[in-house]
Amino acid sequence: MDGVVQLQKQLVDYTASLFHEGFLDEQFNQLQQLQDESNPDFVVEVVSLFFEDSERLLNELGKTLEQKTVDFKKVDAHVHQLKGSSSSIGAQRVQKLCIAFRNCCEELNTEGCLKCLQQVKHEYSLVKNKLETLFKLEQQTIAAGGSIPTL
Amino acid sequence: METARQVFRRNLQENVEVCDGSPELHVLAVDDSLVDRKVIERLLKISSCKVTSVESGTRALQYLGLDGEKGKGSVGFDGLKVNLIMTDYSMPGMTGYELLKKIKESSVLKEIPVVIMSSENILTRIDRCLEEGAEEYLVKPVKLSDVKRLKDFIMRGEGKDSGETRIRKRRRRDDHSSLPQSVTLSSSPALACDPSSTLMPSSAPSACSSKRAKLCI
Repeated sequence: MDGVVQLQKQLVDYTASLFHEGFLDEQFNQLQQLQDESNPDFVVEVVSLFFEDSERLLNELGKTLEQKTVDFKKVDAHVHQLKGSSSSIGAQRVQKLCIAFRNCCEELNTEGCLKCLQQVKHEYSLVKNKLETLFKLEQQTIAAGGSIPTL
Repeated sequence: METARQVFRRNLQENVEVCDGSPELHVLAVDDSLVDRKVIERLLKISSCKVTSVESGTRALQYLGLDGEKGKGSVGFDGLKVNLIMTDYSMPGMTGYELLKKIKESSVLKEIPVVIMSSENILTRIDRCLEEGAEEYLVKPVKLSDVKRLKDFIMRGEGKDSGETRIRKRRRRDDHSSLPQSVTLSSSPALACDPSSTLMPSSAPSACSSKRAKLCI
């Protein structure tokens, strides 16, 4: 069926672009390898956890940086967590920004931290959109009778 | 998951539980990150290991019965013996290092191999963990190949230095630009190697029998 073939091609191309543009890295591939018939939603589940976790952390970061006296240790701890989870799902751009963010923490630089937070928030929403689009494409492909191609 | 456990317990052996002739390791995973717990659970299950995952060192010790009743040994409170502990390093409260120390200081638990996982590649930290008795220090994110290698290693005999050590080249994604993966560990215990060579030199085997961390700079 042309429809399925088209969808699959779209899916492959889209996925490839995410890697190409650095949104995702090898770790995302690793996650996909852990998915199978017995755990067909593994990637979606992990990524959903990542979304929840990240949103919580970004919120906390906003609050912590708004305090009169910024607790940089706390900021650093949150960023460390965010760096970890983004690394675990392969969200490369977010992860990289977290590294820069931690440097600002070390320098006790509130302005810098606030800037970093903005950047991380932005990058996070980008990758979230991309992943949600990816999952939608996968759903459509499967619904049309296709299968998720492994790159 | 519970039902599977019941089935396997029939064939309880000294170190590992056997089912259909293939031994199953029971791994206790400790990590405060929900995302990481989910990933490590899957990595282990796909490698045919049983997993119990907890969110903190305190919980881990509770599970192992170290903070409460004595004499449970390496058997978790659900009756299952733990063959390997994989713990994150940076956790609030008790760090993985502190957990490692407590385990190694315990007469009942010290034989259980402990692996530290960390996103940070700090040589002094790695050294410290290995010196404290960690079997390995894995840089996160942990991969399937790491788990497979660990499993092989544990199955061969916990903590024993196998002579002809598999100098498995643990490619820590040298093409991966973001993380400064400066340390790679071979499958032999207490051996760390420098980033510029993810390949272990073939003369390394003799060094592998040493428990001390050796840094090849």
